Amino acid sequence: MSEQQFEPVIVGFLCNWCSYRAADLAGTSRTKYAPNMRAIRVMCSGRVDPQFVLKALREGADGVMIAGCHPGECHYVEGNIKALRRYVLLKRMLKQWGIEKERVQLVWASASEGNLLAEAVDRMTEEVRALGPLRWRQAVLGGNGHKPVETAEVEVEVEEV
Amino acid sequence: MSEKVGVYVCHCGTNIAGVVDVEEVSNWAGEQPNVVCSRDYKFMCSSLGQELIEEDIKEHGLTRIVVAACSPHMHEKTFRGATERGGLNPYLFEMANIREHNSWATTDKAAATHKAKALVNGAVERVVHHQPLEPIPVEINPATLVVGGGIAGISAALELADAGNHVYLVEREPSIGGHMAQLDKTFPTLDCSACILTPKMVDVEQHPNITLYSWSEVENISGYIGNFNVTVRKKARYVIEELCTGCGICEEKCPRKVVDEVFEAGLAQRKAIYTPFPQAVPKYPVLDPPNCTYFERGKCKACQILCPTGAIDFEQEDELLEFPVGNVILATGYDLFDSNRIPQYGYGHLANVFTSLEFERMVNASGPTDGKIVLRDGESVPQSVAIVHCVGSRDNNYHEYCSKVCCMYSLKFAHLVHERIPEAEVYNFYIDIRTPGKGYEEFYNRLLEEGTHFIRGRVADVTDAARLPGEEGKLIVQAEDTLIGKQRRIPVDMVILSAGMEARHDSQDVSLMFGMGCDFDGFFTERHPKLDPVATMTEGIFIAGACQGPKDIPDSVAQGAAAAARVAGLVNQETVMMEPVRASINKETCSGCRLCNDLCPYNAIVFHEDQKLSEVITALCQGCGTCVAACPSSAINGAHFTNEQVFSEIEGILWDVMEHQAVPA
Repeated sequence: MSEQQFEPVIVGFLCNWCSYRAADLAGTSRTKYAPNMRAIRVMCSGRVDPQFVLKALREGADGVMIAGCHPGECHYVEGNIKALRRYVLLKRMLKQWGIEKERVQLVWASASEGNLLAEAVDRMTEEVRALGPLRWRQAVLGGNGHKPVETAEVEVEVEEV
Repeated sequence: MSEKVGVYVCHCGTNIAGVVDVEEVSNWAGEQPNVVCSRDYKFMCSSLGQELIEEDIKEHGLTRIVVAACSPHMHEKTFRGATERGGLNPYLFEMANIREHNSWATTDKAAATHKAKALVNGAVERVVHHQPLEPIPVEINPATLVVGGGIAGISAALELADAGNHVYLVEREPSIGGHMAQLDKTFPTLDCSACILTPKMVDVEQHPNITLYSWSEVENISGYIGNFNVTVRKKARYVIEELCTGCGICEEKCPRKVVDEVFEAGLAQRKAIYTPFPQAVPKYPVLDPPNCTYFERGKCKACQILCPTGAIDFEQEDELLEFPVGNVILATGYDLFDSNRIPQYGYGHLANVFTSLEFERMVNASGPTDGKIVLRDGESVPQSVAIVHCVGSRDNNYHEYCSKVCCMYSLKFAHLVHERIPEAEVYNFYIDIRTPGKGYEEFYNRLLEEGTHFIRGRVADVTDAARLPGEEGKLIVQAEDTLIGKQRRIPVDMVILSAGMEARHDSQDVSLMFGMGCDFDGFFTERHPKLDPVATMTEGIFIAGACQGPKDIPDSVAQGAAAAARVAGLVNQETVMMEPVRASINKETCSGCRLCNDLCPYNAIVFHEDQKLSEVITALCQGCGTCVAACPSSAINGAHFTNEQVFSEIEGILWDVMEHQAVPA
């Protein structure tokens, strides 16, 4: 990674049936896209607990991408719709914490849409790059005079919100 | 807790090693906590690579395995097998995808190596929290549902039935046969389509192992592989099948004529009570209430009065049939591209522009003109015919894909015109002639010799506005001949639009009902485009024929048989093992809030009123994990995707940024 340019780290929660395969297809088709997204496989975007997103941001990610099947195409009937509902609520919460909306994005990509997923990763990487590093852990946990808190305690705090 | 993790970084020849510094990743991984053994190897999926894992488990007492290689969709099974042979539970394994998601997606070697470390570390941190799991055995009901009675569905049904399995074949139209029954000749052999299809249709009807429901549609399906429950709506025929002999008197005596838009493509009429074509299977006619005089005015009943066996029943209602099946084969076929969508080709307002299906019916000996090629007036014989290829296909405004069959059937049309009207001139306007198939190129060469004119260029428009002498009263086909680089205007008597194949208009609804995917074009998505073209992402649901993508008859037949073989394999196993990725509820922590009950798309969570607790029915659970994410008490455990496992993976893949962003003390 170059010293001058900020390379954001994005955690991607990809649905096993569509977006994960879309990323597979992007690779198989040798579509080149930003290496900034690190994928975690989940069985369904509906499995993405908002805690996963918060955890990733807290552990140092600059952005989180949740990717699932297009509405109406969910392998599990409507898990993606549940993901969407949670995402809308999560965004409100993130806004209150001052986390820009570009940092957490929900993307639809079917198994045949490798190029679409690659484009989304490229776009999001540039958006997050423009925003700069999040450093949430430092800003929130260390910056206001508190001592660093143990992870387990923070989780409880998040749940209460 | 201390686990002994073995990490294996695959070179995949140069696929990974060409971009990722595998040696560095392997050395680095070896220094991580819990990792006791780390190697890189040329091809981990080879038997030598797998043996490496097996030996290390025994030698180093490994308790967890991580392979950094390709996508788990490629080789997860392979390495689970190796893990198991080494003496570990196969689920104590995790794969890091450093090929599809990394080395193939970037050329930046440093970034790729760095990302590979993150992905490997994520897998290492995750695998430590893996739990041994046992696959769930599921019994397979030997009966199979085949949806669609075209040639693909017929092939699938016959293969399965011949192998001794029961098949329910459901067809939406009054007769099986599909599009193939409408065709006259089949390319390139010029076999009579009906002659080769109807014996198979009869086989279906008479097969003791096939239950045929025509004029029926699948209304609902629930369950999972091996244990589906199907509801079929058997639409009212208004004919009592047990009494009907198929004599055809009702059809003959029915006073009401209706344009047949389906089978005859609008070129001929049928009666209000009808069998779509003489060889229809089953032979029972269907009454069409919106066009029946009795249903309209309450009078007539000619069919009922004249039926010798009293088989007409105006009171008949739709029946809902329910039955269990173990597997499903979808062979729902295609729709023909609607040529009205390209107005510049004149279909619909220029009388002598025909669609390919109309021409197909016209040249059919049992069709509306008894096989004579005539203009819309029903008499004049065309002296010149233009055939326009790629109508709706290979066109960014409509469908980007190639419909695969149009070149060949256009060549067939040209041949049939030469055969029936030897003096006629035939012009084929093509972009490229695509003839990949046995005997196909030879057929093209034959047409070249028969004197067909081939003009390479996409047709711009078809018009009746004459501009030059000799164009009066003709249709003028305008195109750029790209071989000579000139605009050409060819006046002809008849234009045939070789319309492409598109997905069924309701393929989205069907894919939703069966819980599998379809692509943007509406074609059903196969499990793997190369290696698994008849399976879908949903266990127990298979696809065959043109519902998966444009296909000609031999390909459809082959896919039908392939899908049948896959199902027969499952039926023979009697029991299959399902992934133990399932949710379970901890009774101690469940608060009985019932939030999960309504979230479950499979109604797999029941609430015990007496204990005020919810419970997951393992056999119904498909493992999506939406309830796990929603449980406010964290009482639901999603096996193999537990919170602990995912949290650890998040920490693992973010190892570098965690270090950089250490919280100030």
